Amino acid sequence: MTQAQASDLGDDSPLYASAPKIYPQKVTGTYRRIKWILLAVTLGIYYFLPFVRWDRGPDAPNQAVLIDFANRKFYFFFIEIWPQEIYYLTGLLILAAMTLFLMNALAGRVWCGYLCPQTVWTDLFFWTERLFEGDRRERMRKDAGPWTFQRVREKTLKHVVWLAVAWWTGGAWVLYFADAPTLVGKMARFEAPPTALIWIAILTTTTYVLAGFMREQVCLYMCPWPRIQAALTDENALNVTYRYDRGEPRESLKKAKLLRSGGEKIGDCIDCGQCVAVCPTGVDIRQGPSLGCIQCGLCIDACDTVMAKIDRPPRLIAYDTDLNVARRLAGKPNAFKLIRGRTILYAVVISAVGGIMIAALVGRKDVSLSVMHDRNPMFVKTSDGSIRNAVTAHIVNRHSTARSFSIEVERPAGARVAVVGGDNAEAAPIIEVGPDQVREVRVFVIMPRNDALPASQELVLKLKDAASGASTTATDNFFAP
Amino acid sequence: MADHAHGGDYDAATGKTTTGHSWDGISELNTPLPRWWLYTLYGCIVWAIIYWVLFPAWPWFGGATKGLLGWNSRTVVARELDELRASRSAMNDKLAAASLQQIEATPELLAFARAEGAAAFAQNCSPCHGAGAQGSRGYPNLNADRWLWGGTLDQIHTTITHGARWTADPDTHAGVMPSFGRDGLLNKEEISTIADYVRTLSGNAPDAGADLAKGKQLFIDNCSPCHGEDGKGNVDVGAANLTTQVWLYGPTKADIMHRIEVGGGGVMPAWKGRLDESTIKALTVFVHTLGGGK
Repeated sequence: MTQAQASDLGDDSPLYASAPKIYPQKVTGTYRRIKWILLAVTLGIYYFLPFVRWDRGPDAPNQAVLIDFANRKFYFFFIEIWPQEIYYLTGLLILAAMTLFLMNALAGRVWCGYLCPQTVWTDLFFWTERLFEGDRRERMRKDAGPWTFQRVREKTLKHVVWLAVAWWTGGAWVLYFADAPTLVGKMARFEAPPTALIWIAILTTTTYVLAGFMREQVCLYMCPWPRIQAALTDENALNVTYRYDRGEPRESLKKAKLLRSGGEKIGDCIDCGQCVAVCPTGVDIRQGPSLGCIQCGLCIDACDTVMAKIDRPPRLIAYDTDLNVARRLAGKPNAFKLIRGRTILYAVVISAVGGIMIAALVGRKDVSLSVMHDRNPMFVKTSDGSIRNAVTAHIVNRHSTARSFSIEVERPAGARVAVVGGDNAEAAPIIEVGPDQVREVRVFVIMPRNDALPASQELVLKLKDAASGASTTATDNFFAP
Repeated sequence: MADHAHGGDYDAATGKTTTGHSWDGISELNTPLPRWWLYTLYGCIVWAIIYWVLFPAWPWFGGATKGLLGWNSRTVVARELDELRASRSAMNDKLAAASLQQIEATPELLAFARAEGAAAFAQNCSPCHGAGAQGSRGYPNLNADRWLWGGTLDQIHTTITHGARWTADPDTHAGVMPSFGRDGLLNKEEISTIADYVRTLSGNAPDAGADLAKGKQLFIDNCSPCHGEDGKGNVDVGAANLTTQVWLYGPTKADIMHRIEVGGGGVMPAWKGRLDESTIKALTVFVHTLGGGK
């Protein structure tokens, strides 16, 4: 390097820079329409789902989707998940991860471009911004110009609407954790619990800041997914691609026509910059795949609009692969390989996990019994020489009515049971469990004196619904000296 | 070779400057952090300084700096304990008001008493009776159904309240087995004869050639005042029931002979005054529902 350049540029170059503000331009087309529809559907579900009702009988909440922390239940329409069934959540997370992987293998970061909450809310905020301050050029001109009364009014209105949307977003969040109409009523009367208000405040702030100000920087700096997906994608995934085999060399519209009429091969790209202008993250797609590209396809819409105007075929930018670009350059036909090892694997895992979950959900019982043997002492010798083992039994009654159950020993033969706090008059003690409740009881299993008892043998307890006769069992060990 | 010249070069390909760091001719582009991130760092530094001033932070002679707010974790624990006690007071009041029999008959009270009893047991009783109340040699197994001082709710309650052979409490259980051998009340052979007879009371086999008739006579003369003629013991004086399969000091003939030789009995403290009434009640119910309660 020369000393002159070093002192001119190096010493004065900033260590920190303010992020350049991005002014995405309005665009219309296929992918924009898909994005609007997905925005309406996803936000519609998010904002209104808590108000959907679902009748579960008199003793259970009638909200279709409810996370009931106080009673430790999760309600989802006809499904009711108890804390001991947390593995359903694990299954759901595996399904979500695999679906994301599959989406990524098929079409790159489509999650980022169409469904990620950051994208959806930012889209909504962009729309609001355009509504009050105008499109790209207008906003850039105003921001560069002086503060006029009109500009203050527009900005104020924008922020008011942003805050209202953000507040509604936070408000909808808490409705998933309590009876929605009741909580809305309480909020209207300023009686909402502080926890609800704190959560609304937190989510209002995050929505307002993330969608209003940080926008693409969340994707560029904060989000791990762009980095992870780089390891999960491959050359066969359909990514938003500038087909440089068709686009280059770029010339202005007039010059291109002139040269083309002279028989020269000229690219379709006229370097109008529309693809960059509409990009929500400020990426130039013509430079190839990048960290900033969220695969939303808005540049495709922008380019197609221009191609239609200049009478050239659409999809100069399209969901395509660099492999195909290279093949076309080499004079070979396109090759789309959507079915390949990785997509098959993801699909298999998704169907397997989904299948297991459905089977588990369909096959689960309304009553369950689980037992835990006392760790200390393992057994007790009583005065007549009989051996007693104690277990703690959890009886889960998922019925919406109270049930009474009898408990008896199936194995070892000859043993009897007694229940602490239960009716022990009969051979099989009766235990009452309230509607939608778990009852924990201490159960004694007593084996008459027998000096030849093995140190450990199988213990099977049977729980029988007194009304329906349906039964379930739980297995543990019976210990002796 | 790393070249750490100050300042950077202009990179024509990217239009950016470099940091001036170059390794084997490869130089690093200067790609600055966004400014909001820098401000977040400054914000954290300001936060840290405020934290140093307000909270205990710096190690110093004789303890860390106290901080302006005077916050410390001990007062937080004390306050949380008070809150916990307050939150339990309603149930504790119910426990104190109800009789032991009512507690066991009410599922809600029973569950609470058992939970509180288990915690109190672990803290106060487990050193002698063991973590699972299984006892050990000389310390009764509370899971079993043989009781020195009685196994009904009221008897257990009395034992916990006043202890056994605990001289500081005038109402404590009294009754000590004499040292028949050591004090010369019985000779070795008589003790052996009694031990053989005692083993038959619980269905165990005596030594070959044992004189059971003599053993029975000696038992009636020396032991029956406390243990009863049938050997079933007496809870008023803590005399063990010798007809069961539960043995505090072991079932072998040697164990029994040693006990007749030295006599004595275990000591249990009185818990009145150390534990409040609702805790003693909870402990009583817990012990009673371990499985051996009468």
